[in-house]
Amino acid sequence: MSKTLNYSVCGICPAHCPVQVEMENGECVFVQGNMQFAGVKGALCTRGAAALSFLRDEERPRFPMIRKGARGEGKWRKATWKEALDHVAEKLTAIRNQFGGRSLLWSDHEECGSDLHQAFVNGLGSPNYCTSDSVCTSNVEHAARSLFGFGREALVLDLKNAKQVVLQTRNIMESVDVKEVNALLDGLEAGGRMTVIDSRANVAAGKADRFLLIRPGTDHALNLAVIHVLLEKKLYPEAYVQAHIKDLDRLTAYVQPYTPAFAQAETGIKAEDIIALAQDLAEAAPAVIWHPGRMTARYKDSFQVSRSAYIINVLLGAVGARGGLPLAVMPEDIGRTGLKKFTELAPFGGEKRADGVGWRYPQMDPSTGLLHLAFKAMETGEPYPIKAYIACADDPLATYPDPFALKKALDKLDLLVSMPYTWSNTAQYADVILPLSPYLEANAPLLQVNGLKPSFFRTKQCAKPRYETMAAWEIVTGLAKRLGLISLSLDSIDKIWSYQLQGTGVAIESFEEKGFVELSSKVVYRDLGQGVFQTPSGKIELVNEKWEGQGLHSLATYAKKDKPAADSFRLTVGSCAVQAPVYTRNNTLLNRQMKENVLWLNRAAAEKMGIKADDVVTLLNSRNEPMGRTKVFLTELIHPEAIYLVHGLGQPLQLEKRPAEIGLADNTLMPGGLEIWDPAGGGVALQEHFIKIQRS
Amino acid sequence: MGKYLINLDPKRCINCKACEVQCQIHHQLPEEIRLGLLLSEKMPPTSEKPRVISAFMACFHCEHPWCVSVCPTQAMVRRAEDGLVYVDQALCVGCKACILVCPWQVPRWNQTTGKVMKCDYCRDRLADGLKPACVTACTTHALSFGRPDQDSRKIRQGYAKAICASKEWI
Repeated sequence: MSKTLNYSVCGICPAHCPVQVEMENGECVFVQGNMQFAGVKGALCTRGAAALSFLRDEERPRFPMIRKGARGEGKWRKATWKEALDHVAEKLTAIRNQFGGRSLLWSDHEECGSDLHQAFVNGLGSPNYCTSDSVCTSNVEHAARSLFGFGREALVLDLKNAKQVVLQTRNIMESVDVKEVNALLDGLEAGGRMTVIDSRANVAAGKADRFLLIRPGTDHALNLAVIHVLLEKKLYPEAYVQAHIKDLDRLTAYVQPYTPAFAQAETGIKAEDIIALAQDLAEAAPAVIWHPGRMTARYKDSFQVSRSAYIINVLLGAVGARGGLPLAVMPEDIGRTGLKKFTELAPFGGEKRADGVGWRYPQMDPSTGLLHLAFKAMETGEPYPIKAYIACADDPLATYPDPFALKKALDKLDLLVSMPYTWSNTAQYADVILPLSPYLEANAPLLQVNGLKPSFFRTKQCAKPRYETMAAWEIVTGLAKRLGLISLSLDSIDKIWSYQLQGTGVAIESFEEKGFVELSSKVVYRDLGQGVFQTPSGKIELVNEKWEGQGLHSLATYAKKDKPAADSFRLTVGSCAVQAPVYTRNNTLLNRQMKENVLWLNRAAAEKMGIKADDVVTLLNSRNEPMGRTKVFLTELIHPEAIYLVHGLGQPLQLEKRPAEIGLADNTLMPGGLEIWDPAGGGVALQEHFIKIQRS
Repeated sequence: MGKYLINLDPKRCINCKACEVQCQIHHQLPEEIRLGLLLSEKMPPTSEKPRVISAFMACFHCEHPWCVSVCPTQAMVRRAEDGLVYVDQALCVGCKACILVCPWQVPRWNQTTGKVMKCDYCRDRLADGLKPACVTACTTHALSFGRPDQDSRKIRQGYAKAICASKEWI
């Protein structure tokens, strides 16, 4: 009964934390964070902790299935893998022959192997590979691109060494990334200060030195006022600003009207607090981080919220600084070579994307696409029909707004394939289910993470699949083989790993010792030298011509936010530590941790309506349709205009017994929500919906 | 309290319940049973600042445990060498007397086995030189496992550092 140790990478959320797994008699018995990985040192979040109960879950799809009844009816027949893959390949071939390769859409919730998936889509002649970033990071991603010419991950948030941290649109202690939250707590322990800006007191607010309860939707006004103060009081480093920023004069003129008094009227935050915050930040500069946000699919101006946050960082000299937002180090920066990409085997074919990215929206990133616009193309057949859709580890019917409208788009498909870990709203609506093995039962392509110490990580199978499930790479290469994509017919994980490691100087055996390989022995801080900013001027561009060319002003006028009508509230959504969208709600242990999606409601607002603690209320969407009932949690710690729900739990499913109790799916409260998005950043605006509440 | 103590650093705890889940996994508990409980209170703002205060309650491993005295079959044992209190599953007859007398109702009834379970500081892990499951994988290193008889150097050092930093020394 001797125990052995395996190393892998947690696959339950896209944070991809390195883990170590205790094995006994070929079974996984304990999972924790990798003790040898500095930022983790054994720690693992709640969802990661529940990996074993996920493994043992008998309610997850245990074999491939082909639909028998109508879509969504829940009638299936069991298929062998050969039969299911042959079936999908035949269908894809027929669709390709009739509508062309471009009529395939793929969406991904994975990071490990996503470039293999992209290569597969390219190989079939389709440009339509998407991630689900348009309900997550699209706005902050494009905000970074519009200023620096590179994406958000090219900057590291050096939380451990920051003297002042401002959290805005980043629920860092409930939407948990183990490395990130520990870096922040280490920084606070070393004397760092934290400000939290939110319309609800989240867990981080409970640890903050300063909590600013903001009127929901008005973050942009606050940020503009902070910029106003920094410029007016000349609290910025002159030499840095001269060297790296273009068009400061235009910024100065632009923020002229956005005084702290203006922001107070809009946000409800006192002008003196805004001035004090700006001054505190300037004092601690450049070891300052104003978090630009992560899940920024919130408002129609979330791009501007993130962009103004980045501008504050820039004015404090924090971009490129230790304790601020230093530059991520690519392997190439330190004389090494990164993992070889599968897309070299099957390059992008140059076809116009169905979502308009790259041509109708030239400023948007084609590597992620805009999934909600691909759904629009699916529904309208414009610019061309989308007839096949493969959702890999993704559940847009739970994470995107208005599942009723989305189903109408999905109804236009000839083939809907779901590759799920657990039952999901999308799996239940699919034609074919190709179930994925949980990460503990699967190998995956190697993962490259840049940051201050670029590293490679390996997801390694710890136990044999207990059911008839497969790893994503096996499904993709299996389909590639059937569809004649010979270059991607890699039939073993060893071939995949050795392809990726070509030219890196790293041998696969190097992963045995601790599960990851660091390309540098120490942390590297890069200087802001020539050619760092990938903009036409080589500087940080406050005015970006690409966006201007689309009629989208880089320095956009602040759009005043509507107040909700009587008995109505602005719906706000977020994460909690015990659930992750898509994966976890039917997990036996996590389901027990959160039985019900309770509604946060301001105590005074509730009292006016005669609603008492723990009352059950009915929620009506903006079309006055009752969409569900849930219990209220009354608190002073949410803005009176806001209500709050956990996002992405989805609607109850026929084949899962447990989550039925969870009840309320936030996205059902967002009618027309697929059409409400930020045209500058591409993100869907989940928090532009007003909800009425009635006592049940 | 026995020889050991699980300590919670409230400044690091984010109330995520990973400790509870790791405990359930390690002891292969049915989903309704939790041996260690992370309990928290949201404090309404007395000033401007909200607070979430947490405490981790597993078992106190009392010096004179009620549960041990009342157990009719000597299934509830207090280990002499380190004061660790645990259930010898082979001897437990499921009478639940320990649950009734424990002031905090720490022992829990496992319906599938018909026996009582309680926090034993993961004595199998301790025997392997490891720490309890809850402490080992705590998301934020808020939980620590130590001995209350050893000096609290780390905590006092931090306090001393804060004092020194706040004074203008000559």
